[in-house]
This record gives sequence, C-alpha cells and structure tokens, in this order.
Amino acid sequence: SLGSPQPLPPGSSAGDQNLFTSVYPTLSQQLPREPMEWRRSYGRAPKMIHLESNFVQFKEELLPKEGNKALLTFPFLHIYWTECCVSTSEGKRTRGGIGLKMSVALCMEGLSQIVCSCLCRCVVLSDPLKDSSRTQESWNAFLTKLRTLLLMSFTKNLGKFEDDMRTLREKRTEPGWSFCEYFMVQEELAFVFEMLQQFEDALVQYDELDALFSQYVVNFGAGDGANWLTFFCQPVKSWNGLILRKPIDMEKRESIQRREATLLDLRSYLFSRQCTLLLFLQRPWEVAQRALELLHNCVQELKLLEVSVPPGALDCWVFLSCLEVLQRIEGCCDRAQIDSNIAHTVGLWSYATEKLKSLGYLCGLVSEKGPNSEDLNRTVDLLAGLGAERPETANTAQSPYKKLKEALSSVEAFEKHYLDLSHATIEMYTSIGRIRSAKFVGKDLAEFYMRKKAPQKAEIYLQGALKNYLAEGWALPITHTRKQLAECQKHLGQIENYLQTSSLLASDHHLTEEERKHFCQEILDFASQPSDNPGHKIVLPMQSFAQLRDLHFDPSNAVVHVGGVLCIEITMYSQMPVPVHVEQIVVNVHFSIEKNSYRKTAEWLTKHKTSNGIINFPPETAPFPVSQNSLPALELYEMFERSPSDNSLNTTGIICRNVHMLLRRQESSSSLEMPSGVALEEGAHVLRCSHVTLEPGANQITFRTQAKEPGTYTLRQLCASVGSVWFVLPHIYPIVQYDVYSQEPQLHVEPLADSLLAGIPQKVKFTVTTGHYTIKNGDSLQLSNAEAMLILCQAESRAVVYSNTREQSSDAALRIQSSDKVTSISLPVAPAYHVIEFELEVLSLPSAPALGGESDMLGMAEPHRKHKDKQKTGHCMVTTDHKVSIDCPWSIYSTVIALTFSVPFRTTHALLSSGTRKYVQVCVQNLSELDFQLSDSYLVDTSDSTDLQLVPLNTQSQQPIYSKQSVFFVWELKWTEEPPPSLHCQFSVGFSPASEEQLSISLKPYTYEFKVENFFTLYNVKAEIFPPSGMEYCRTGSLCSLEVLITRLSDLLEVDKDEALTESDEHFSTKLMYEVVDNSSNWAVCGKSCGVISMPVAARATHRVHMEVMPLFAGYLPLPDVRLFKYLPHHSAHSSQLDADSWIENDSLSVDKHGDDQPDSSSLKSRGSVHSACSSEHKGLPMPRLQALPAGQVFNSSSGTQVLVIPSQDDHVLEVSVT
Amino acid sequence: MGKRTRYLTITAICIPVITKENYPLYIRSTPMENELRFQYMVHTSLDMVDEKISSMGKALVNQRELYLGLLYPTEDYKVFYTTISKVKFVMVVNPSNTALRDNEIHRMFWKLHNSYIDVMCNPFCNPRTISRPGTDNMVMSMMIQVC
Repeated sequence: SLGSPQPLPPGSSAGDQNLFTSVYPTLSQQLPREPMEWRRSYGRAPKMIHLESNFVQFKEELLPKEGNKALLTFPFLHIYWTECCVSTSEGKRTRGGIGLKMSVALCMEGLSQIVCSCLCRCVVLSDPLKDSSRTQESWNAFLTKLRTLLLMSFTKNLGKFEDDMRTLREKRTEPGWSFCEYFMVQEELAFVFEMLQQFEDALVQYDELDALFSQYVVNFGAGDGANWLTFFCQPVKSWNGLILRKPIDMEKRESIQRREATLLDLRSYLFSRQCTLLLFLQRPWEVAQRALELLHNCVQELKLLEVSVPPGALDCWVFLSCLEVLQRIEGCCDRAQIDSNIAHTVGLWSYATEKLKSLGYLCGLVSEKGPNSEDLNRTVDLLAGLGAERPETANTAQSPYKKLKEALSSVEAFEKHYLDLSHATIEMYTSIGRIRSAKFVGKDLAEFYMRKKAPQKAEIYLQGALKNYLAEGWALPITHTRKQLAECQKHLGQIENYLQTSSLLASDHHLTEEERKHFCQEILDFASQPSDNPGHKIVLPMQSFAQLRDLHFDPSNAVVHVGGVLCIEITMYSQMPVPVHVEQIVVNVHFSIEKNSYRKTAEWLTKHKTSNGIINFPPETAPFPVSQNSLPALELYEMFERSPSDNSLNTTGIICRNVHMLLRRQESSSSLEMPSGVALEEGAHVLRCSHVTLEPGANQITFRTQAKEPGTYTLRQLCASVGSVWFVLPHIYPIVQYDVYSQEPQLHVEPLADSLLAGIPQKVKFTVTTGHYTIKNGDSLQLSNAEAMLILCQAESRAVVYSNTREQSSDAALRIQSSDKVTSISLPVAPAYHVIEFELEVLSLPSAPALGGESDMLGMAEPHRKHKDKQKTGHCMVTTDHKVSIDCPWSIYSTVIALTFSVPFRTTHALLSSGTRKYVQVCVQNLSELDFQLSDSYLVDTSDSTDLQLVPLNTQSQQPIYSKQSVFFVWELKWTEEPPPSLHCQFSVGFSPASEEQLSISLKPYTYEFKVENFFTLYNVKAEIFPPSGMEYCRTGSLCSLEVLITRLSDLLEVDKDEALTESDEHFSTKLMYEVVDNSSNWAVCGKSCGVISMPVAARATHRVHMEVMPLFAGYLPLPDVRLFKYLPHHSAHSSQLDADSWIENDSLSVDKHGDDQPDSSSLKSRGSVHSACSSEHKGLPMPRLQALPAGQVFNSSSGTQVLVIPSQDDHVLEVSVT
Repeated sequence: MGKRTRYLTITAICIPVITKENYPLYIRSTPMENELRFQYMVHTSLDMVDEKISSMGKALVNQRELYLGLLYPTEDYKVFYTTISKVKFVMVVNPSNTALRDNEIHRMFWKLHNSYIDVMCNPFCNPRTISRPGTDNMVMSMMIQVC
C-alpha cells in the first residue's frame, strides 16, 4: 500500500501464484526478522535495518516508465516462483530504463522438497512447508539471499534517485525551475526514509528543503529575484495556523504540488512534517524550539518579501500556531515532562500572549469603551481569514481555533483569555527563574490594566518591573517604567508616591526637557494647592530633587565660641529643570553636650586636616545598582594622631571613612528606591534659610547662626520645603559637625625675652583672653606692687585688641596709674572672645643683701657654695622671684604671677698681700648676653673704722663689661693703728646696658657685700735653696740644702688668742706645723718634710728649718711650697679633728689634698671644715688638730722665686722642665 | 541598489556591554529611537544568558570558546558572548540578515572584546563607563558596515 506509514519497499512476484501464496505468510513473516547492514553511498554511515516487503503480482504496466520520480511505488525486485523437482532453474532478467528488474526462478523439487538453487539469481527452497531442519536451513539461506538482493536493488534505485534529485537541484538557477516540483522529489526520498523508519534521514530531507527555501528568500531580499519565488509572494488570504495533528496534511501538500501554496502554506506543511518526524524521534522540545524559530522566521520572511498581509492576520497565525504546537506537544507528553521542560515551551506561551495582546489592541478589545465599528469590521475580516475549523479539531473544546474565535468575540472573553495566558506565562517564567522575562510580561499586563482603567492592578506589576530594572541599573527601562508608574499612581491618588515618582522623573535626564518640566510642574502645582489640612506635610526624599554637593564652614575649622557667628555655606545641586522657589531650607542639628571630646578623636583630626573646611559629599550613585558584588570603593585616608601637649606623633595609620557603607547589612535591592516614609526630625536646633530660589544646577546657600550653648552640633537632616511638600535628606553623610565652646577669661603674663634681667628695665607681655567676659569701660587690672619690683610707666604704651582669629580689631593707649601699693592698668574696651595684648616695663630692684644667710641676692650666694659646685654655678645666673598679685575685673580672686629675674653679674672678692700691705680685689663677671657699661665703683667699709682707709687703684671711672667677661677692681687697705680683726665691705658699681642710649630712669647701682677677716700678716715664710757646698749651681741628682725661715711679724694680737697659744713667763708662744710640699714633683724632699715648731708670739721672732732636697730636673725650678698650719692640741669638743701625728706619719698625699684648698680660700669663714671630709675614720680618737693659717696671716716672701738647676754631666738626655 | 540593500549594510543594530552584575556598561544602538525597546529586549534576554551560564557552570571558565551563540528567540536575533570575567557582550542583529555567518560574528565579538580590554587596561578608566570616542567609533562601524 502506497503512502502508508508502514514503510514497505515493494517487490513484485510472478510465476506460480498458488505456490507463492502458500509460502507468502512465512516469507512476509520471516523477512523482517533479521536485520541487514545497509551500506550507503557518499560515505554515509552504514545502518542496520529490518526489511519488510510488499509483494504484488507482476503486471506489465508496473514496470517504471522513463522519468518516473515516484520512488515509493517503484517495484524494486521481481521474483519468479515455480515448483520444480529437479534443479532446473532459470533466471531471466530484463533491463529497464530507470531501474533494475530482477527475476528469480524458484523450483519445486518433489512434493516434500523445495530446492532453492542459486545459479546466478536462482534460489532453491527445499520443502518450504515442512518443519525440518533442512527446511529451516533452506529458508534461512533463501531469506538471506532475498534480503541481500532486495537491499542491493533498493540501494541501487535509491542512489539513482538521489543522483537524479541532485541533478535537478543543480538546475535551480535555470529558468523555469520549480521549487515545488523539486520539493515533491525530495519529499519522495523523505517518505522512503520514513518508511524505512530512518526518521533522521527523512528529517534531513525536510531540513534541506527548509534551508534551500530560506536561502532563496534571503537572496531575494538581497535583490536576487528568483522567478519562482514571486509565486510565494501572493497576498496572504488565509491564516489558519499550523496543523500538526495529521501525519501528512494532504490538502497543503496538494496545494504545493499544484504550485498554489503560499509562503505560509509551504512553511506550515514543511513544519508539520518536521514536527511529525521529530515526534517520531521523541524530540518534542525541539519541536517547540523550532516552532518559535519558524514563527519568527515566517514573520520576517513575509516582511522581507513584502508580502501583503492584512493587519492582525499574522498575529492570528502566530497565535494559532503557538497554541497548536503547544497542544501537539502536550498530546504526546505527560504532565511531569511538560513541567520539567517549561524552559522550552515558555517562549511559545509568551509569544502567544504577545500576539493575543496585539490582536486585542487591534480589535479595540482593550479600550475602555469596547470596540467601535471599525474594530468590529477588522475582527470580522480576521475571523474570515481563519476559515472554518478543521474537522480534526472540531471536537476539541480548547482548540486554538475556538480559543481565538472566542477571545476576539467580546471584551470580556478577550480579557479572560489574555489574563489566563499572561498569568500562565508569568508563572512559568517565574518558575524557571526567568525573572526578567516574567517582569516584562507583567509590564505588558500592567499596560493592559491601565488601559482597562484598573490602575490598582497595574501597580504591582510596574513596581515589580521597576525594582528589577533598578537592581540592574537599566536607565531607559527605569525611566519608561517610572513614567508608567507615575500615571498609575496618579490614577490611584497616591499623592505622595506620585510626587516622589514625579520628582524622580523631573530629574531624569533620559526624558525630554518638556517631560521633565511637566513632572516638575506637577509637584509645584500640588505644592501650591491650598491644603485642606494645613500643616500637613508631604515628605519626599531629597535625592531626586536636589543633591547636597559640598559644605563649607566659616570659620573653616568649624569651631566657634559662644555668641560667635558661624556660617555654613552649602552647594545644592538642583535636579529640577526649572527654577524652584523654596520657602525654606532647614538643617536639623543635633546638639550634644560632650564638650570637645569629639575633637580628640582621630576622625576629627583627619577630617579637618584633609578637607580644609570644605566637606564634599559623594555624588549620588543612583543610576548604578548597589548589588552585593559591587560595594562602594574604599575611602582610605591617612591618619596622624598627635599628642596634645607636645605635638609629637602618637599614632599613625589608615582609616576607612566609609566603613558603615561597606560593613552594613546587605539589604535587598528595595533599598534602592528611597522608602517613601522618610522621617522628618523635629529638633530644637535648626539652621534655616528662607525664600531661596533653586536654579537648575548648583546653588550656593548660606546659613548663618549665632552659637549659643557650648557643645557639639551635628548636622542631621536637610529639608527643603516647597509649599506642603518637604524634600528631606534624612542623613547627612559624611558626618558634619561644628563645635561651640565657652572659655573663661584669662590673664597671662610672660617675659618678652627668654629671661628677665634684674636691675635694668625689662619688658613683660600681658595677654588678656577675654573669653566670655566683655571688657567694659573702666575695667582695670590692679597690680599689688612687689617691694623690689617697679612697674615703669611709659606714656606711649598701647594695648592691642585682637579677635579670636588673631585679626587686630583695635588698639588703644594704655592708662596706668600707680600709687604706693597698687598699680592700676585700665583695660581697653573689648568684646568677648577677644585678646588684649600689651607690654609693660618692669624693673627688679636689688634688695638689701643679707650677710651670711643663704640669699638669692647679688653675688652673696656664691661664697657659700661648696667648692665643687663652682664650675657649675659659674655660668648660671642667680635668680630672684617677684610675685605680683593681680586683681582682674572678672574674678573676685587675685591672680598671682611670679616673675623670675636673673642677676646678670656674679661677683667674687679676694684678699691680696704684699708683706704686710693688703689689697682687696673684686671681680665682676657678666653672665648675661648683654654688654654693660660699669661706672662709679665704690668699696666702702661698712663698719666705719676710722682707722681704715680703702685706696682705690682703679683708674677708669667708666668701664665696659662685655657679655661673658669679667672686670677686676682693686683697693689697697691702709691702717695706722692695729688693724681690725675683720672688715665688712660693700662694693657698689653703677651699670647700664651698653646698647641703650638713654634710660628713662636712673638705675640703682649693683652692690656686693662681703667680709674680710684675719687679714693682718703674722708670719713671713722665706725659703732658699743652696747648691751643695763648693758648687756654683744645683745639679740634678745632687742634694741641695733647703732653708726655711719663719719670722713672726707682730706681737700678740687678738687673733692669736686660741687654744694653741701657751703662755710662760709672760712670753707667749704658739705651735705651728710646717710642711714642704712639691706638687710639681720637681724636687725630692729627703728626710722629714714637715715638723712642728713652737713659735714665740713676738715680733721678729724667727725659726729656721733646714732640710735636704734633690732636684729631679734641670732648669729654673720653682721652689717647693712651704705651708704653715696651726697645731692645736687635742680638744674633746673637736674629737673629730685629725690626729696630727697619725697623718704626719701616714702619707704626704693627704697633706697635698689639704693644700689644694688653700691658695683659693680667700674667705676665712670656711676654715673649719677643711679636714672634715677625711676625718671620719678617726672619729673617737683623741688627736691634735691642724688648722691652716688664713692666707692673709702668712706671707710667703719667696713665692715665685726659682732656682737654676743644671743637668748632671753624665746625662745624655737633657730634660728641661719649664714651669 | 534600491531599498532592499539596507538589510545587508546594517550588521548589528544594538551592541550592549553588560557587566557581571548585569548592569549595562555600554549600550549603543541604531536607530537611536529604538533604544528603549532594545534595552528592554537585551535586559530580558539576560535571563537566557544566566541560564546558559549556569548550565555551563565551570565549563565556561575553562572554555576558551566564549561565544555562546544565538539566544533569546524573538523576531530580532540576539547573539551572545561572554568573557572570563563574566562581562557579557550582546549583539542584536537584524533578523533579515541571516547572511551574517557565525565566523563573522565571532570576528566582531573578538574586535569588541579587544576594544573593551584596551579600555580597561587604562588605569584611569572608570569601570562604570567605558564610553569614549575610540570605542564608539569601533562599535558604530560594526553596526553600520559598508559592504
């Protein structure tokens, strides 16, 4: 049977018909049982196929004619059957023009045997109807042979057919070539493959046809007109969609055959065949995918070929086709399969929805009023193009045809169908995660609802879509959807939402200027409406209205004192397309009392370091989505924290200023759209700026505030009010703060120079920091005068008033009134938080020096100092403090200020002797950095001994003394009678700074008091060295004699009356100890170097000591020192004193130590302590004591003399010591 | 040549570059009036991109072939290409232009990708926007290719 779905390559049989009839059941049953390998030409892969054959009786007319292209009805193999007993088979074959006809002779042998012999093409089947192994074998052999022959024949015929077909295809450029004709030929091949169950191969044939046709269309579009294609360009008159329920749509096939098919017919037929084959191949999802491509393609091809299509016709066709495909797929799959393959079918659903929507719009089914007559006419035309429903779906309730017809029948039916489809599509898209697609369909649905005046239903879809676009930052869809949403909200009467959306749209640069102005006007119109509820505020986020760009404080450090004026200048960038008059712009300020603790933080330091008073606000990143993966960039800054006391670096590091942005909880994308409920803070502290017109773009707005309470003020919210509409920036970030401080008034007094010098006028700077106190007229500083410090009033001294920022605001002459006790300084009038500065000259008077006590006074401290301290104190000026108590007008308490003055001079004195003549030397050392002029030096004896005369040896009355240098003054002491045991002297010298021309006041002279004791010479010591006898000079290494002559110069005096004095027979004598010391080690003293002598206390009493010394060097050698000590007997009260014998015998080193003290010890007061340092070890032992004689009592007449020592002759090395 | 030739001269009608986060980094289309429609379309097609990428999973990373072929069946064709960094290049091609072969599309994407890399190599480039004259010209030349 031709054209049946059972593919049967036909064969024909001839010969003994009865015989054939008897074997036919076995033959037809056995033939397909074994598969055969089908080897194919053109390198196609071999396939295993089962052969099934249709046998017809041979007739002459069955032989194919020339040019026959019907492969299906073509006889492939001719078999001749005959019964034979003997093997007499005969093969006969004839060759036809187009195919191969084959004759097979079958011979029956005997009754029980059918022998199938194969001589050429003869096969003997033995006993075919018996059940024996031989029969079976024979059958097998026969069947194998038959299959092989059948396949050979088939392959050969197929190859021939394919070759012919290709030849035909190559001719496609020739005029008169017909695509439809070729179509039929290749489809024949497809049928054959289909019959062989080679659906893949069959599909290839259709796909080739498809591609060939598509290529023609494209080429046609490119200008290469194929004549035959114009045929397909006839206007579309029928749009009844795909028909997929029949294996072969014969109606359409015939129209192709008749070359009457339209493009849609051809495409529909082609696809129905592809669909059938794909379903055979169990690939329903490919059907869906191909269907979508087909539908798109057809739409495009019709456009390309410029085929005339009535409006809506294609929509009908696509809609019907989509549903047909879906129903066809549903028909061959179970629910679970369908559900898990939504991804493949949802496209068709969506497409159908889209098309139904456009049909609805076209036919006036979406309008509020329903279709008009024109719409109805169009509907009628469209329905006419559908024709009658085809019989195969006529009984199906939900057939695409019925659905479309119903949908177009009424507004209500359309709505139902459209909503069903839309919801189904959205649900499917959502279920497979294609959210964007779902939202897009939802947006269409929203449009539908808007047209149906059901904004409440549209809103959710618009919001959903908008959220989606915002999350991914698609600007144009955002703008478009917002516009739709605005309309929706307007209809819904959601005033706040509408205004908010309007403000967003008004600032949207993707809209035209007119559109933006429109939305801006909407806001302004609303704002200007008289509200029925006065005081009611519509709060909207500011972001879309205007943006805060930067902020600048004046003063730039954002610190202001109480009562001070602070300016905050902000730059607001208006997003509105037109100037907007704003009633007021308000900054809500949060006040916190924590004074200045904030400014110690690192944040404050960095902020104020980097921004120099200008704080920039990051531009809004509204068009960019803040998705989980794109966090804002780190804002890193260097941070240096310095110690407040010495400004040294404590900490350094990097801080991230937008930590709160980076570490905050990741919110869903809904946060992108500013929540409409922006809380409006009502604070006690606000900064306000009224009646501002915000021009489009940047606007400068200045807030001015007077600081009130001290503390930290944080700018929180920025609000701009336009009528009842308030635009609010809920959080100002980065944090902006200013500080208000309050300060107590302060007085600060400091020397102008590094240190103040006593005795000369010195400048002192007074600084009054007014703080919160206002200096009124008549306010003055009352200085209680210190006794030794004068405040010098100068007529020209002025006070300068500075503002807190060190800008000079005024100056005024200073009025100073002095009385005995109090100096009153009138302060110039100055407002709060100003600084008054002025300078005063003060003079520290030298107070009367106190003798003996540890006094700070001039030079007197020095002699008391321990010897060891001398080096150190040598460069250090003696200081004196003067405390001044000042009464300030702002306080009931006095301020005590201590000023420290340094004495520029250090003075020492010395007693010099020449025999019995005495001299006093005063050394004045200038320790200061200044040069002075000294004048009128006096030395007076304060004890007023008339007998005593001080004869100055100083010749100059004026004498400069340069910085760090000394000047010496000498007086000779003269007396006529017995000299006093002690002398109180006062040295005074006038001084003035050398640099200054003229001093306004006369300065007090510098004085120095001292006491000289025991200055009268009692003993003369004379030492002489003689060369050895018989020699002219001393020689090194040879002993010389040292003669020491100690002579008493006076009779008994007061000073002699001590413990050492012994009296016998009215003769007084005292015990002295002498000691010869050579510190320079020029001499070696042989024998005892010291001894105790008893010295008569009488003038001209002499004691002579002789000893031997040896010069160690050659040259002029100074004589060894001879020292005299008073040898005091043991006294229990002085048990700590050194035992003379013990130290005499001890060593000479200890003696040397004591000797060190003597030459410099000009003051006689320090005697007693000389030995105390080394006496502790002898504590408790009764010992005599030694007391060095005061320098003034012993005159060494041989000091400074030298002895020539010549080297011994045998010395090879001459050593010369020069001292 | 007549009005039919215009289909061949327009190669691509919209070329967006989309970031990993599906934000449109760059979008150029012709004609300009249809930009909104294209943006809707390209945005919706990202569903398919996501699907393709997730179905490929790790294979995409290892794969040298970044061309993902045709996507999103509508009456307009879209061609999709992704980079290792998940930046996506999409080309909306006029559907009539079936003459456009895969290798040509490949070449165009390769050019686009290289251009993108050039822009990104600039350390001062703002990764939020890659629009600059060089890119624009290159993209425009792709959209209107003179035959």
